[in-house]
Amino acid sequence: MMLESTEQMHEATQRTRLRRAVGRLPVHVWGYAALLALALLFPLVAQRSGYLQTLGILMLLTAYQGCAWNILGGFTGQFSFGHAAFFGIGAYTSTVLFIKLGLTPWLGMIGGGLLAAAVGAFFGYLTFRYQVRGHYFALAMFAFAEMIRFTVQNLPALNKSVGFLVPLVPGATHLFQFENRLTYYYVILAMVVLIVAVSSLVRYGRWGYFWAALRDDEAAAEMAGVDTLRYKVVAMALSAFFMATAGTFYAQYVYVITPGDTLGITKSLEGLFRAVIGGLGHPIGPILGALVLTPLGEFARSLLPNSEGVDLILFGVLLILFVRFMPSGVYGLVQSAYRKLRRDTTHVA
Amino acid sequence: MDARAELVLQAIVAGLMLGGVYGLIALGLNLIYGVMDVINFAHGASMMIAMYMTFWLWKLFSIDPYVAIFVVVPAMFVFGYFVQRVLLESLIGTAPSNQFLTTLGLATVLQYSAQMLWTANFRAVQTAYTSLTLRLGPVSMPAARLTALGFSIVLAAILFVLLKRTPLGRAIQAAAQDLRGAAVCGINIRHIYAVTFGFGLAAVGAAGAIVLPFFWVAPTVGDTFNVPAFLVVVLGGLGSMPGAIVGGLIIGLVTSVGSALLPGSVNMVAQFATFIGILLFKPSGLLGRRFL
Repeated sequence: MMLESTEQMHEATQRTRLRRAVGRLPVHVWGYAALLALALLFPLVAQRSGYLQTLGILMLLTAYQGCAWNILGGFTGQFSFGHAAFFGIGAYTSTVLFIKLGLTPWLGMIGGGLLAAAVGAFFGYLTFRYQVRGHYFALAMFAFAEMIRFTVQNLPALNKSVGFLVPLVPGATHLFQFENRLTYYYVILAMVVLIVAVSSLVRYGRWGYFWAALRDDEAAAEMAGVDTLRYKVVAMALSAFFMATAGTFYAQYVYVITPGDTLGITKSLEGLFRAVIGGLGHPIGPILGALVLTPLGEFARSLLPNSEGVDLILFGVLLILFVRFMPSGVYGLVQSAYRKLRRDTTHVA
Repeated sequence: MDARAELVLQAIVAGLMLGGVYGLIALGLNLIYGVMDVINFAHGASMMIAMYMTFWLWKLFSIDPYVAIFVVVPAMFVFGYFVQRVLLESLIGTAPSNQFLTTLGLATVLQYSAQMLWTANFRAVQTAYTSLTLRLGPVSMPAARLTALGFSIVLAAILFVLLKRTPLGRAIQAAAQDLRGAAVCGINIRHIYAVTFGFGLAAVGAAGAIVLPFFWVAPTVGDTFNVPAFLVVVLGGLGSMPGAIVGGLIIGLVTSVGSALLPGSVNMVAQFATFIGILLFKPSGLLGRRFL
């Protein structure tokens, strides 16, 4: 390329530098920024539509569940088919503490999280102790969650199958109750930002490297001196903590909790679907998963309005297809598209 | 004999009858696991499909559930064969999680398709023997449950003979023991895997058909059997065929005697404690992980 003056040359290098700087930023930084902008613009669009607001809240809630599941399933490769147990523990703990002791669900949420973390650590310790293989853990968690559900359904102290109604105190912000639906949206958005921040920090910090090591080759990680049992238990506790806080949000949002709803297998699958289809092991993978699945599910339901569960059929099919053809998920698709774009721009420069 | 002893005796008999069915379900699960190292999370959902097949054969064509077995079992075998060939085969050699995630996806598709096609309503068959009871001394036995136990024993025996004595069975055993060695000996592994998956679903399909005369069917019925089946394989030893039988009988007895003696909530906690206890003290199961 011929350049006429030094000034033009200077300008050209400046442009190239800028392009390179843009290109050098890891894809997830752009992803974070774009997603956050999208999330903050959404209320403007949804201002007058209760339906869109509900959709946004549920999308963020399932994204949050996916992020919580991802901490264990994605970062350490231990697939839990029973995270509903922790979701339910969160929903029940905050609600029971509120009804029986009048404790605000804001604190109940922390309490439920800590209880779930303790239960998760105990059960994780039980199952991880013998380095049981991945599918054994999935099976054990499945049975564990179902047994907690059966137990709650038979416990008179927890109202058996009926569950609880969260007592309404309209507009009591200090009791985690909001009159405006958009407030719920901002609360769950803040929770999602928090979980993405926390999981990014741990994923790219010391724990994250231990987790990646034990996920990719457990024996080699052991040899290198990683206490794999300890770090798996830590991941389980952290994952359970966040899943339980999702349960509290759910209880405060719908005001009704039943064992079938909060502890059922469907709740275990909600997070798993988002994380696996969105992209396992990346802090924002589950958010991409929720962004794709929630509108698709709504679309499927609008096509066949009288058949409940048609969205789940679609998710099941997508799970099978993604595992087979796109194991790195939506995140992988975005990443390879971005890489291609970057290659093209560097060629031009 | 006092009333309490009679109750326990009654519960033991009921437990054995239930345990036989659990054993048959777990046999299918452990067969698939023992040979292919895959836990079939679509096991309960497959049983649900078999139960619906039996139900519709009865409802539409008035075919007795015990006759329907001869239709349902081959159909489930074919279904299992193609699940392996179409969905799972290409995942062999990739991350181990891919296969069980796929069976989980399949379970979701089956369950909600059933709900879409046949609604969430509970259905049951009515036959001449539905409420027939046989009395043996102090113990009364519902005829349908007794027949289920009989069928379980016969079918388990057939499966064992098939695995032990036939060339096909020996090929399956070889594949379970040493995949590469079996392939070197000229065994068509892809075919054997698909046949094994077919047998696994045929076993659970048979279980579905024989429980229908005394049970109900709904899209969620798979979950009802998944948990006891998983308990049975964890207790008996994951991938162990004799372990499935032993575990099935024990879990059947624990459930039945437990619910006779303990109030509902405590009984559930007792099962829960059994499960935690196995994981704590004997995580490899009673009979270890030996296939046959």
